[in-house]
Amino acid sequence: MANKLLELNNIEVIYNDFILVLKGVSMEIEKGSIVTLLGPNGAGKTTTLKSISGLIKPERGEVTRGTIVYDGKRIENREPEENAMEGIIQVMEGRRIFEELTVEENLKVGSYISGNADFDMVYNYFPNLKERKNLRGGYLSGGEQQMLAIGRALLAKPKLLLLDEPSLGLAPMVVKEIFNIIKRINEQENVTILLVEQNAKLALEIADYGYIMENGRIVMDGEAEKLRQNEDVREFYMGMTEMGRKSYREAKRYKRRKRWLT
Amino acid sequence: MLLQSLINGVTMGGIYALIALGFVLIYKASKVLNFAQGELVMVGGFICLALSEFLPLWASIVLAVILSALLGFLIEKAVLKPLIGEPILSVIMVTLGLAYMMRGLVLAIWGPDIRAFPQLFPPGAFNIYGIVIPYVYLGGLLLSIAAIAIFILFFTRTTMGVAMRAVADDQSAAMSLGVSVEKVFAISWAISAMVAAVGGILVGNIYGGINVNFAFIGLKVFAVVILGGLDSIPGAIVGGIVIGVAEALGGTYLEPYVGGGFKDVFPLLLMLVIMAIKPYGLFGTERIERV
Repeated sequence: MANKLLELNNIEVIYNDFILVLKGVSMEIEKGSIVTLLGPNGAGKTTTLKSISGLIKPERGEVTRGTIVYDGKRIENREPEENAMEGIIQVMEGRRIFEELTVEENLKVGSYISGNADFDMVYNYFPNLKERKNLRGGYLSGGEQQMLAIGRALLAKPKLLLLDEPSLGLAPMVVKEIFNIIKRINEQENVTILLVEQNAKLALEIADYGYIMENGRIVMDGEAEKLRQNEDVREFYMGMTEMGRKSYREAKRYKRRKRWLT
Repeated sequence: MLLQSLINGVTMGGIYALIALGFVLIYKASKVLNFAQGELVMVGGFICLALSEFLPLWASIVLAVILSALLGFLIEKAVLKPLIGEPILSVIMVTLGLAYMMRGLVLAIWGPDIRAFPQLFPPGAFNIYGIVIPYVYLGGLLLSIAAIAIFILFFTRTTMGVAMRAVADDQSAAMSLGVSVEKVFAISWAISAMVAAVGGILVGNIYGGINVNFAFIGLKVFAVVILGGLDSIPGAIVGGIVIGVAEALGGTYLEPYVGGGFKDVFPLLLMLVIMAIKPYGLFGTERIERV
């Protein structure tokens, strides 16, 4: 990849000085692309995002080995504010809206580092938010909260947007809508996106490239199109085989294949 | 008589509310109970008093407020910042230590005697339909309302103010958007010390003279914040006025029967009663903790 925005080289992350969460993860993200990171619960996807944004720091996490290179500079173990200032913005899992603040005040916090108060840009992507701009964040529906979380991150003028499970707990229709908007943001605002997801099918539809992570390691990667065709990915992450949906009877087979994967 | 003590009570209450806002601000941002809030009030008052010996009063007030903000900022940087990540109890103990240090320092510099406070407002009183309100009360009330209004505008209109509320709401989400939590803590202390100084100057004017025991105003402020709820800004304002009025009414109507000093005890009794009914205060966030 010629035009790299971010590169993880064999990083290891340890929490609290002894819990090893990432065991040598390497990734590359090309400028302007959407890259998705898939994997089961507890694989280390969120930790990967947090080690890029620096948010592992307040949680007593540390990159102990390997390097993270962003825009040609090493950034491992920097303060989260510093990374945000240079355009790495993470939208955390569970949306994390400021519930006491109104929609517009939430957006205002988004404009804290950029000074960019162009709220109309956000309302343009998410017209629902405009009607609710004086409502407290805590009263929004789950989908609207996710929209607010993404909108507020956009105001911080991200170059690299890290999205942690934007589909979590949302109705399928809403998830579709949000994914479409993520794609539009990527194209229109020129934002590179790293998307962590459980919904592999949708994520691989909008992504250019995908990584699959299990147990703190990357076990597979490739063009999104190729991963979508891959038999194992189809079976384990999309729940599909050539014969249609997998039945519980084949759980044993799953175990065997899974061992192969790790 | 009743109306007059009500007005006195509301005035004192407004000032208590102002000082309490500073306390709530630090608690909301960092969950630290600042036991030195009363001492910050006292120090603010003494700085103003000292400056007024060489400067015109208005200049010494402005300068005292600025110096107090700086003091708050320095306290955060030098004392509290190294303790980030330590158990919250140790941090609270440190504020208690700070309180004693400030008291000792003031005692060492100015001694234990009561010193006359320079008067900002003209002597005399305002007289409407037989209700006499001394100018100092009227001025104190107006200034504390103005200060509270500025405080609220700052937290609802400016980006910095909104970001500070965001930190109180969800620290890591605020960090993910580039808000520096350290900076927010430092500014909280600066603003808190600033409103304490304003409160100190206003109460100094009302009392007429101050000494080191002036810091006991902190006790009333605890009553205010516990009553209103530790993390509630409207709670601090309502609590301040309730405590101020209770104190004035207790002083006027109960003191003749139960003896002197009851006016200082009555608000605390009231607080105990309210706490029995609403343990998180009138407006505090209720938390359910399972053990």
